[in-house]
Amino acid sequence: MSLLALLAQAAPAPVAGHAPADADFWGLLFVFVLASFIGMGVIRRVSRLLHTPLMSITNAISAIAVVGAILVTGGEYPPHIQAMGAVALFASMTNIVSGFLITNRMLKMFKTDEKRGGGGHA
Amino acid sequence: MTHAIAQVAYIVATALFIFALHWMNTPATARKGVYAGVAGMTIAVLVTWAQPAVVHHLWIVVAIVAGFAVGVPLANVPLTAVPQRTALSHAFGGLAAGLVGTAKYYLWFSEGPENLTAFRMVAIILEIILGFLTFTGSLMAAGKLQEIKWIPQRPVTYPFQNLSNLLLLLVAAGLGVALTLHPTAPWAPQLFPVIIVLALAFGVLLIIPIGGADMPTVIAILNAYAGLSAVAMGFVLDNKLLITAGALDGSSGLILAIIMCKAMNRSFTNVLFGAFGQVQAAKAIGEQKQYKAETAEGAAQVLEQASLVVIVPGYGMAVAQAQHKVRELYDQLKKRGITVKFAIHPVAGRMPGHMNVLLAEADIPYTDLVEMDEINGDMPQCDVCLVVGANDVVNPAARSDKASPIFGMPIIDADKARTIFAIKRSKNPGFAGIDNELYFADRTWMLFGDAKNVIGELVKQLAGESGMH
Repeated sequence: MSLLALLAQAAPAPVAGHAPADADFWGLLFVFVLASFIGMGVIRRVSRLLHTPLMSITNAISAIAVVGAILVTGGEYPPHIQAMGAVALFASMTNIVSGFLITNRMLKMFKTDEKRGGGGHA
Repeated sequence: MTHAIAQVAYIVATALFIFALHWMNTPATARKGVYAGVAGMTIAVLVTWAQPAVVHHLWIVVAIVAGFAVGVPLANVPLTAVPQRTALSHAFGGLAAGLVGTAKYYLWFSEGPENLTAFRMVAIILEIILGFLTFTGSLMAAGKLQEIKWIPQRPVTYPFQNLSNLLLLLVAAGLGVALTLHPTAPWAPQLFPVIIVLALAFGVLLIIPIGGADMPTVIAILNAYAGLSAVAMGFVLDNKLLITAGALDGSSGLILAIIMCKAMNRSFTNVLFGAFGQVQAAKAIGEQKQYKAETAEGAAQVLEQASLVVIVPGYGMAVAQAQHKVRELYDQLKKRGITVKFAIHPVAGRMPGHMNVLLAEADIPYTDLVEMDEINGDMPQCDVCLVVGANDVVNPAARSDKASPIFGMPIIDADKARTIFAIKRSKNPGFAGIDNELYFADRTWMLFGDAKNVIGELVKQLAGESGMH
């Protein structure tokens, strides 16, 4: 279970082949609650003009599930486990690529009056 | 050592994601946000791929290439199709979370049952229920938005709908509790797929009673679910980067859903379980009232005399692909020194911010896109209000008629303008089936026809081309 060993943060380096029985549940919950508050604070100030691009960029960011998918696909596991990982990896990668590209494409269109007609420069 | 490097990289990625969202607070810095997001994601992917535990690379490469092959075309859909693209990507997000949760469970069941602690089991169950219900629910939503034939557009309702849906979810949760208590029982691997099937079914059933007008809220809620399933995956894999990024996505979906609900004066439960369209369809249309029709020529003359014109776009503008014609009209009016503003209702269109993106695509400066709350004070000074494919968001019944299903919903005060022109495809009542008092008001004139053609006519009139042939 080297996978867990690598990911476990709170626990000291575990003996090889033996994962910690349980993760630091309270630590993770703590991170979740704080991250949610940061998210609320940041998102609340996002311009209403940009709610559609906001949705596509958060789509791309939540495709961070790619991390889990890579670990499952690339690990020393039975083929059916790896297959599930590969499909998950494909789905996440699609979201990352299309999410960031379309966000950028939409944002390029938002111009002020002065910049109008000057061509689609960055 | 690798552990420390990975952790530092994950912290950097987290910070970049927070900056990415922070920079979205104004269009001026928003594109910097995209670069920050891409940088964060690249770091996260590369560092994870470099982990010693990752030993097989072929399938990773294949999946990444396939992701690019599908992702690039998906990023280039027409902007009117952005709502369904967004729903589709929520589906992919849900699928990824559901599959990773499933893979981890079976892996631990056969190779490390001591890992299946109660806490991890709860996280896995939440991950797969949220993931798979988001998967099918978002696919349904995307299908409805794409107007795929075999998916009913109108809300589908049947007796005891909410009760049976709730029961389904309770059964899934009950099975989840059983699995949590006995994660390594001989029957557990057989029970696990049952929960998946229930979650998949629940996702479908959750969306079929929802109508088009509620899509902005539903998309936002599905966005939150997709984020929360990533959070659950973070708990399963003991990974704080997943938890943080998922929480950012989850809170974004939640806040957007709250904004949408407020803009419709409705609650979450009402949107999800209210079958809004059904209520409206049931409301019969009363006495026949008379529309006053106006020609493009007449309307153009009035527009020419105006000093402030407010355009209210709605989903009809998107359907007719009229945004580019609207820009031509905008240019014609601007040329005459007329002030033109766009009044944007939060739920206009099929997803949050839909109208802003379409108008920006048509090269209309975002400084002229004004929120409902800001424009309403100016409406009494507005000489001409032009309603392009909007309906409920300008219906005065929301202010005055307690019997109306949209009573209490904040609206754009189009009826306070000196003259109102409303473009409407036909004389039939709109999608929702509610009569709109605005169309019968003394100062309202109807311009019947396809939005794109009608505005095209207005532009021709203003450009004076009609006099030349």
